[in-house]
Formats: sequence, C-alpha cells, structure tokens
Amino acid sequence: MAVTVKLPTILRKFAGNEARVAAEGATLGEVLKDLESRYPGVTKNVLADGGGLHRFINVYVNDEDVRYLGSLETPTSDGDVVSILPAVAGGA
Amino acid sequence: MPELDGVLYKEIVEQALREFPNECCGVVAANGHGRPAKIFPARNIDASTATYRIDPIDLMRIQDEIDAEDWRVWAFFHSHTHSEAYPSRTDREQASHAQDWYPGVRYLIVSLTDREQPELRSFFMLDGNVEEEELSIA
Repeated sequence: MAVTVKLPTILRKFAGNEARVAAEGATLGEVLKDLESRYPGVTKNVLADGGGLHRFINVYVNDEDVRYLGSLETPTSDGDVVSILPAVAGGA
Repeated sequence: MPELDGVLYKEIVEQALREFPNECCGVVAANGHGRPAKIFPARNIDASTATYRIDPIDLMRIQDEIDAEDWRVWAFFHSHTHSEAYPSRTDREQASHAQDWYPGVRYLIVSLTDREQPELRSFFMLDGNVEEEELSIA
C-alpha cells in the first residue's frame, strides 16, 4: 500500500527537504506511523498528545477531508495521496 | 521596506470587493528573489462576513503551484468588510496556532469600511502580539 505524502514546508526538513515522500499503510494512522519511522520527528506536531490528529491540522486523502472519513482509521490504497495542511483562518 | 506591486495590490482589493460582504482570503507567493510575485485567491469556506478559513483544497493546490515554481508563501491575506485593517482577536488567536507552521509569514488585511477607499496593511503576529510592517505599494 504505497501512498504519497505531501508535506507542508516546515516538515520537509525532517525528510531531506522533499515536498513529497512515500509511505506505506492500510490506514492513515499506519501511514503516519510508517512516515515517522522513516523520518523521525515528522509527525510530532501533526498528532495531538492524545494520539488523534491535531486540531489545527487538516489531513486529506486525495480530495477528501479525513475528518469525514474516519480520521486515523481512514483506509488508504496504493497510489493515494495524503496531504498535511495546517489551517489558515481568522476573522474580523 | 517590502514592496507590493500595484497590480498585485489591485488583485487583492478587487477580490475583496467581489466577495463583499463576506471576507475574502488567499495567499501571496514570493519568487526566488523573495519578492511578492503572485496572488492566489482562495475560497473562504466559512463564507462569512466575520470570519475566514482558507479552503484546505485550495491551499493544497496553491502549495503545489508554489512548490512547482520553487517559490514560497510570503503572506496570507484577508478582508475585513466592516472593521478596520487591524488584526482582530480571532486573527491573533488563529495566527498563534499557525505560527509554527508558517514561520515569518505576514498577514495582509484589507479593510472595506470605506469601499471607495480600501485600506491594506501588513502585520506579523507572534504569540498573540501584533507588529505592523510598513509596506510600500508601488
């Protein structure tokens, strides 16, 4: 189950400055675990202390927000693209 | 003093006017010389007069384009349709969550309280504190 993970700029330093890296796993949680084993530190701020996804990080599998798919249990398949996207927001 | 090309300034203001009364938002990318070079409008998924959230799908697409050019994120921009061009409490709170992910990024705010004379100002926000940056629009 090889998927591509797109990293935000600040996390690329953990992965040899690559914007896209490969990882394996049948669920998003497994993919992130595999990613961490390949590039230690890369998921530290993506996962919250309790183990779920950090509140201010949006994670997409292809074009779908994983919050609506099962969060870390979201299934991943060969060729999927996982995007890690820190939230940008505000208001008047 | 950083300089924002008048053409780029106009693109931001026109987007803000187009999306009025809702807040608009987007990204300014800097080229390899560190100069602001392109405006990327984004969808405000809040579709609100009082808040904005950049659609993550748009952010994904914008980041891909910025990566392809070997550019970087220079600023995030949004409009205040009914208040001054100064970071609100919500702006400061949200920026404090984003600061570790986008270090050094500035926030441009365009106010449309007077739609005949929009006002754009530039700010850095760190740990809830605001520092205004003088920006030359040329």
